[in-house]
Amino acid sequence: MNTNTSWDKFVNPVVRTIPWSGIRKFFDLVVETPGVISLGVGEPDFVTPWHIREACIYSLEKGYTMYTSNFGLLELRQAIAQELSCTGLEYSPKNEILVTVGVSEAMDLAIRALVSPGDEVLLPEPSYVSYAPCITLSGGKVVSLPTTMEGNFRISADQVESAITHRTKLLLLCYPNNPTGAVMDRRTLTEIAEVVQKHNLIVIADDIYEKLTYIGEHTCIAALPGMQERTILLNGFSKSYAMTGWRLGYAAGNPDFIGYMTKIHQYTMLCAPITAQMAAIEALRNGRPAMKNMVREYNRRRLLVIHALRDIGLPCLEPGGAFYAFPDISGTGLSSEEFAARLLQEEKVAVVPGNAFGPYGEGFVRCSYAASMEDLSQAFRRMAKFVKSRGVRPRKIFSAVAEKEASPGPKEAAG
Amino acid sequence: MKEVLEILESDARLSADDIAIMLNKEKAEVQEVIKELENNKIILKYIALVNWEKAGEEKVLAMIEVRVAPQRDKGFDTAAERIYRFPQVRSVHLMSGDYDLAVFVEGKNMREVSHFVSTKLATIEGVLSTMTHFILKTYKQDGVVLEDVEKDRRLLVSP
Repeated sequence: MNTNTSWDKFVNPVVRTIPWSGIRKFFDLVVETPGVISLGVGEPDFVTPWHIREACIYSLEKGYTMYTSNFGLLELRQAIAQELSCTGLEYSPKNEILVTVGVSEAMDLAIRALVSPGDEVLLPEPSYVSYAPCITLSGGKVVSLPTTMEGNFRISADQVESAITHRTKLLLLCYPNNPTGAVMDRRTLTEIAEVVQKHNLIVIADDIYEKLTYIGEHTCIAALPGMQERTILLNGFSKSYAMTGWRLGYAAGNPDFIGYMTKIHQYTMLCAPITAQMAAIEALRNGRPAMKNMVREYNRRRLLVIHALRDIGLPCLEPGGAFYAFPDISGTGLSSEEFAARLLQEEKVAVVPGNAFGPYGEGFVRCSYAASMEDLSQAFRRMAKFVKSRGVRPRKIFSAVAEKEASPGPKEAAG
Repeated sequence: MKEVLEILESDARLSADDIAIMLNKEKAEVQEVIKELENNKIILKYIALVNWEKAGEEKVLAMIEVRVAPQRDKGFDTAAERIYRFPQVRSVHLMSGDYDLAVFVEGKNMREVSHFVSTKLATIEGVLSTMTHFILKTYKQDGVVLEDVEKDRRLLVSP
């Protein structure tokens, strides 16, 4: 386009000032490097199981190309309600479940529906890249709850309580966590739930990685006593059924919250695509075996990655969920960005610098193990060479002590 | 044990070391399990799945429906054994339905397979009839798609 004018000044200053995702910058660098093995991918390396794709094709053949109810297809909401009832949570498919365009939309709706300018939102960090900008766009204030590797990248009830002010409205939780792979234990969650109720807060729980739990059992905070009504539970199909590109998620919560979220959704999105909804019905009905297989496969790779990092000498929390390891690379004397850039340059392996997930991610990198065994082995051989050249020697990996106490021990999630 | 088998069935080249890591077990334990599986003939052989067509080798494969007169006490076993001893025979299955044995025979060309069927297979004692179907193209074998064009289409980096 031919323009000499700077149009910046027309843009909403809030939009202007929120930073671009740190991942975007790094992406450009990776794309320019040929022959890269990427451990930077935040999505499954599996293609959506064929029976799910086939169900979608069939629905197209049958002519399902129309709008659905704003809430989503009732049949899908019923299937979601049934899925949630397995964890002891009863939601009415009629007005307590909203089908959205990915958890991303559900998160945006939940934040927009609840956060007024000046409201404070408690956010454990390092954190997934979109939470803080969504809060800022709503005029809310992000209050960081820093987590550390030594603390298993978990927040504590004390930490939550001490961050609460009279403006605090929301606590945002994402466990199993992207980028750290951390999981929460039931005891800590119960303590947090007590604080939340004492101070009359609302929780948004992003449970997208919940099926990908390898240590112990996932506890959904909504399932704890007194929490269901004050929790907006978000989940979707992207990670558990390898359906990222379908963009389908959902929110479950009390009829008021879901109602107001639907009000925004009806004006902005109208409804989630019917083809994706049709596929999701099939995923919930018959997708369990394929999902279990994928989870088992991830767990094997996870163990391989933990072992490789231990050999290399990079301390790392043993990830209990999702498909990320988040090793501490500070021993190399490099910053996150330097480490990622040089590893890419010298060994053609892409990892995501930890500071892309906020300042508390500095000193770490995110390695995704949603990659083939061959690629993982090759990538870690190269990484070992790189780290060794920085004078790092193997030493014992940091192991999650609390993890071992909380559960009978590592188990095959699909076992 | 089942898991070790599953892993080896998907990739037989993985070492006991790798498998031990993947299953969070001791290397010695996995070695022991594999040894036992081999000794008990549960793991029969470690072989490569080859796309010979792509290697430029001319080969033909035929599936032959064989009807057999069963023998007292032995059923179809004697005939099956006499058939599977031929090295040309890739596999033999006892079938339900219209015929008894499904025999897969490999040869350099159609003539070689025809010759084998008419002079060796059809003349075995107890074989009543044969019907030969030549395989025109193999799309998928042992769970592997031969001309798999699906590749990783994901973005190289994503949040």
